[in-house]
Amino acid sequence: MIVAELKEIDEIRKMVDRYSSILVVGCDSCVAECAVGGARETQLLASALKLSYLKDRDEKVITEACLDRQCVDDFIDGIAEQVPEHDVILSLGCGAGVQALARVYTDKPIIPALNTLFIGETVMRGVWTENCLGCGQCKLGYFGAVCPVARCSKKLMNGPCGGSRGGRCEIDPETPCGWDLIIKRLEAIGELDRLSEYVPPVNWSTSHSGGPRRVIREDQKP
Amino acid sequence: MKTESLLEKALESGKFAVTAECGPPKGADTNILIEKGKSLLGWVDAVNVTDNQTAIVRMSSVAACSILKQLGHEPIVQMVTRDRNRIALQSDLFGAYALGIRNVLCLTGDHQCFGNQKEAVGVFDLDSIQLLKTARDMRESGVIIGGEPIQKAPIFFAGAAENPFADPVDWRVIRLGKKVQAGADFIQTQCIYNLDRFETFMSQARNIGLTEKVYILAGVTPLKSVGMARYMATKVAGIDIPEELISRMAKAPKEKQAEEGIKIAVETIQRVREIPGVAGVHVMAIEWENRVPEILKAAGVGNRPAGVA
Repeated sequence: MIVAELKEIDEIRKMVDRYSSILVVGCDSCVAECAVGGARETQLLASALKLSYLKDRDEKVITEACLDRQCVDDFIDGIAEQVPEHDVILSLGCGAGVQALARVYTDKPIIPALNTLFIGETVMRGVWTENCLGCGQCKLGYFGAVCPVARCSKKLMNGPCGGSRGGRCEIDPETPCGWDLIIKRLEAIGELDRLSEYVPPVNWSTSHSGGPRRVIREDQKP
Repeated sequence: MKTESLLEKALESGKFAVTAECGPPKGADTNILIEKGKSLLGWVDAVNVTDNQTAIVRMSSVAACSILKQLGHEPIVQMVTRDRNRIALQSDLFGAYALGIRNVLCLTGDHQCFGNQKEAVGVFDLDSIQLLKTARDMRESGVIIGGEPIQKAPIFFAGAAENPFADPVDWRVIRLGKKVQAGADFIQTQCIYNLDRFETFMSQARNIGLTEKVYILAGVTPLKSVGMARYMATKVAGIDIPEELISRMAKAPKEKQAEEGIKIAVETIQRVREIPGVAGVHVMAIEWENRVPEILKAAGVGNRPAGVA
């Protein structure tokens, strides 16, 4: 899923201060799973904004709504009636959600309330970690299902580097060394031999380096 | 001889080779570099020029190599993959060779979070082993990455680093093997303080026949003070300084600590020289290049004719 975090209220206010009515729109998918943009968090942010503006005696209209998915038109239509009644949409979607809203509601400013961070997993309640960069050519099968691109700070394909110490990355003792994980995992499944071969340079053209990507599937088109 | 490298020549002759590190200045002042270079002249077979070491912005290693070459040194250009993609790296290999540089040390580089440009993008298009293979493919096959032929391929004597003290410990020698397989002619190790662990590493390397295939130069960095020892032990990535060495530095009176550090460096050189498979020593005296001659002299590996006439 996509993992994100809430921006500071001051930064959000700087962007929305100029409007008198705000539609705060959550997304009940990924960002709800990481407890930052679902229905509950949308309510909390709307309340916090109301309180903040009340303190400044600024009587803004602040309405809240939550879509099942902000990145799919069928769901985005769910706020079609509320949108014209507001000056701005404050989105608690990920970067894709914010831009999808902008594509659909062409005459409305859309402001992000979140910083979109990464594709990751919920390791435990309250802990999310990054483990996929969407490079476009998954090689997890060779690395014991631990990604060297996402989980090594230097994207080493022939790691580990000289900074791996006690299973920790040189950049920060809280960060596990991705290569330590790869080696341990391959050892556990008896496939360490996969690492003896030289891995040639990665073809980054399938990643963002190849420009903004898209997928077209004729079999899925209407 | 596979290349025109004077380092290769020295190593091939079978004598105990000596290289030293020379850090370029933080700025465009050539005088600092020339002073450092002069103090090493006549003492080393080749000089390594670091590439924005610890991610601190400094004069480019290619430019500094060229200046040191004019001074009479045999330069080893260090190249990290942190800051440049494969287009820039290959271009710099051409450029360095065109300037008369015949040795390259291929590195990944310290993460940018350690330096003075913490907000920089980390490129890491290639890793150190891929860069090494790239330099070797230019030399052996006259091609760049992807197989396109080039006119007048650079013929580098190509090296890599290895850290015998990083983890996972048993993996280090396997990685060394991978570097040899990718085409390393020589290896310069991380600074050695834990000699027991280094000896284990060397015996592992000998056991799988790597010392027959690659020249290993043992890395030595003199400690200036107990403060430096503690800092390196705890804050610098990949450094292993045993507690007994730190307390040895601590026991020396403050004004004698530098001498103690130099003594330790001398003893280290003498000890690594006795280890089978160690082809030479690589002295990394950080902002202390002027003390290198006395270390080499005391260790009995000193004075040699200047590399280049």
